[in-house]
Amino acid sequence: MAAPRIIVVGGGLAGLAAVIKIAEAGGTVDLFSIVPVKRSHSVCAQGGINAAKNLKGEGDTTAQHFDDTIYGGDFLANQTPVKGMCEQAPAIVDLLDRMGVPFNRTPEGLLDFRRFGGTLYHRTAFAGATTGQQLLYALDEQVRRYEAEGKVHKYEGWEFLSAIIDGKGIARGIVAMDLRTMELRAFAADAIILATGGIGAIFGKSTNSVVCTGSAQSAVFQQGVYYANGEFIQVHPTSIPGEDKLRLMSESARGEGGRVWVPRTVGDKRAVKAIPESERFYFLEEWYPTYGNLVPRDVATRAIHKVVYELGLGLDGQPMVYLDLTHIDRETLHHKLGGILEIYEKFVGVDPCVEPMKIFPGMHYTMGGLWVDVNQMTNISGIFAAGECEYQYHGANRLGANSLISCIYGGFQAGPNALRYAKSASAAEGDGGAAAEVARQAEINGKLLRNEGGENPFKLWRELGREMTEHATVIRYNKDLKATDQKIVELLDRFQHINLSDKSQWANTSFAFTRQLKNMLELSRTVVLGALLRDESRGAHYKPDFPERNDEKFLQTTKASFTGCDEGPRFEYEEVDTQYIKPRPRRYDAAK
Amino acid sequence: MATRTVTFEIKRQAGPDAPAVWESFELEWRPGMNVVSAMMEIAANPVTADGKPTTPIVYDSNCLEEICGSCAMKINGRARMACSALVDNLEQPIRVEPLTKFPLVRDLQVDRSVLFENLMRVKAWVPVDGTYDLGSGPRVYPQEQEANYPLSNCISCTCCMEVCPQFNEATDFVGAATIAQVKLFNNHPTGKVFKEDRLRALAGDGGIQECGYAQNCVEACPKQIPLTNAISDVGRDVLTQKVKDWLRG
Repeated sequence: MAAPRIIVVGGGLAGLAAVIKIAEAGGTVDLFSIVPVKRSHSVCAQGGINAAKNLKGEGDTTAQHFDDTIYGGDFLANQTPVKGMCEQAPAIVDLLDRMGVPFNRTPEGLLDFRRFGGTLYHRTAFAGATTGQQLLYALDEQVRRYEAEGKVHKYEGWEFLSAIIDGKGIARGIVAMDLRTMELRAFAADAIILATGGIGAIFGKSTNSVVCTGSAQSAVFQQGVYYANGEFIQVHPTSIPGEDKLRLMSESARGEGGRVWVPRTVGDKRAVKAIPESERFYFLEEWYPTYGNLVPRDVATRAIHKVVYELGLGLDGQPMVYLDLTHIDRETLHHKLGGILEIYEKFVGVDPCVEPMKIFPGMHYTMGGLWVDVNQMTNISGIFAAGECEYQYHGANRLGANSLISCIYGGFQAGPNALRYAKSASAAEGDGGAAAEVARQAEINGKLLRNEGGENPFKLWRELGREMTEHATVIRYNKDLKATDQKIVELLDRFQHINLSDKSQWANTSFAFTRQLKNMLELSRTVVLGALLRDESRGAHYKPDFPERNDEKFLQTTKASFTGCDEGPRFEYEEVDTQYIKPRPRRYDAAK
Repeated sequence: MATRTVTFEIKRQAGPDAPAVWESFELEWRPGMNVVSAMMEIAANPVTADGKPTTPIVYDSNCLEEICGSCAMKINGRARMACSALVDNLEQPIRVEPLTKFPLVRDLQVDRSVLFENLMRVKAWVPVDGTYDLGSGPRVYPQEQEANYPLSNCISCTCCMEVCPQFNEATDFVGAATIAQVKLFNNHPTGKVFKEDRLRALAGDGGIQECGYAQNCVEACPKQIPLTNAISDVGRDVLTQKVKDWLRG
């Protein structure tokens, strides 16, 4: 039998981790990415990566990491894969260290660790405040090494459009589009791994990168892959509001001692320095004395919302609160947080060592994603998924610094599993359906170019983003969710009347974007309708009308499947694996 | 009250062989606006200042936080990242054009893959034995980490290559970014196993001796990487290596 062919789509941490494992095992990989892989969104991760290495004499254990993760996720995550991840985390951090990641060090030359949200231990290894960048580069370098050996072929500047699925329902490859020539081409494979990240663009402005549209996930969802727990969207408590995006201000700022506060008096106009300590409201510390500023993100975000919208204490009446580092000396800040302080200073023009930062919550992370089994394979044979695009490691809320570990661990699982699957896969009959799939994609392209009407894709996208951010993020009401779904249906209809101002077939980025937009619209319905159906509050999903967690009814994984009907996706529910840790109430005002 | 506006002049080119034209755009000013957000605005309303319908600008961008290295272009004559180019800090009209040292794709998009090829040539990686659990990495003292971390911050934006007078087809110079990575990997306790290979890769034509010490690179670098220090350190090592190789015959 010929050597198995594996395609990895996405060159962030999860995709590169999968590539490395496959190449190391002797396989060959075709790696597809819209951007040069070194520019993938993993580069934006700031604070660090969790691993219970217990180098601070605190008695931290992988079991404790496991419990923090499950508890932080409000018991919605399947426990077996999470347990595996937490147990492997120390070895993964050691490996990254061996690959040359410039982690911060202790005086003795060992890895330094800091605190992060949702835990009381120093468990987060970090490289300044650009840990994602450093990790991505380390994996990028290893992949380049395999590329030099001929084991990896990169297709950078190609966009995944769909899977090729044969008559038996088995994946046989992908159709991708060259973003320069706009050529459509089929690539055969015995197994494909999607590692295509989050869906931030559905919310218009988020902390995500431009490529994080969820288009690839949506494409395979529309081809029959389940989309799980779509309603769980993480809104990061601290981002810098901007015209083009919400820039992340890492949780590590609080991990290193940053304090969140507002003036106690509504409409206090005094300069920040003129407000005495006694007149500052450190609301996280007051409300959550045990975890303080390091409560999990969903808790901190709701607290900021309450302070701003219910108590009217936003700075100068605006939706903003202070994140204060000014009590920490400049050298320590530079050493441990340099990268993020630079971002703030560059984009806001104020030195955060001197003046507290002004921040507000912003859409940040997609807990839900493609449904996968314990082997990281979706319900379509031969399609695997790893990283943020799948659903299985974070439950209803992700803890800070668990994303990097879940991406690498997920990729490390998906790679070898895909190779094993590919080795035993039956041969495709004929072309496996490749020609038909290329024709289907060509028809979609043709229609888009022929369309006549008055709609502009970028304007439709803004409308979607506004609607999603307003009604499907921090606080959710059923009435609004229903209206939002209606709005998406309307946008899907108006999509038919998009008239592209650029119909050329060379490096046409707005054409590629418009294709992504259709997929964003389809996928956003799983977020909205999933939220509508879940009448409880759990982790990041919060409904004031149903403020309690309801395990009896909703300790279940949501699984959406595409129908193509106007009514939207079909929903079913699956039992959660809770075999190791019995669900208990989740609270952060006291120790667990 | 008239709304405050911002004027852009953007160099357009439909493809590598198409003629270049300049188009003007007048946009409503918004607080915190940057060059990328302006181009997003144009995409939503692609009409020039004189009311002529046009197409959205083609450009590379991704993170918008100056960490992915995508959106390098020339803004008011200077090679820099467009996402961090705040409109309030720029003289108007804001003139935007593509980098000039790389093959043009379309409008502001260029092909910078040469940098990734160069990184392959100098083996810019640490050759680990495998990804299985082999225990912790080598000890690294904080002072060493502090020296290496800045070099590891290179975002591959290629601004240093754009501004370098020696980076051109005649010299085939690798450019400062690659040289700094050689220093980084030669500093690493495991990475230095390829030290000699890397130095030899920088010894021939297009290697480090092409550097003319113009020092433009270090000024253009958006990440303040000590590029000229790296060039002089690596230059010395290349020379030593040459002498060693010569003595060895």
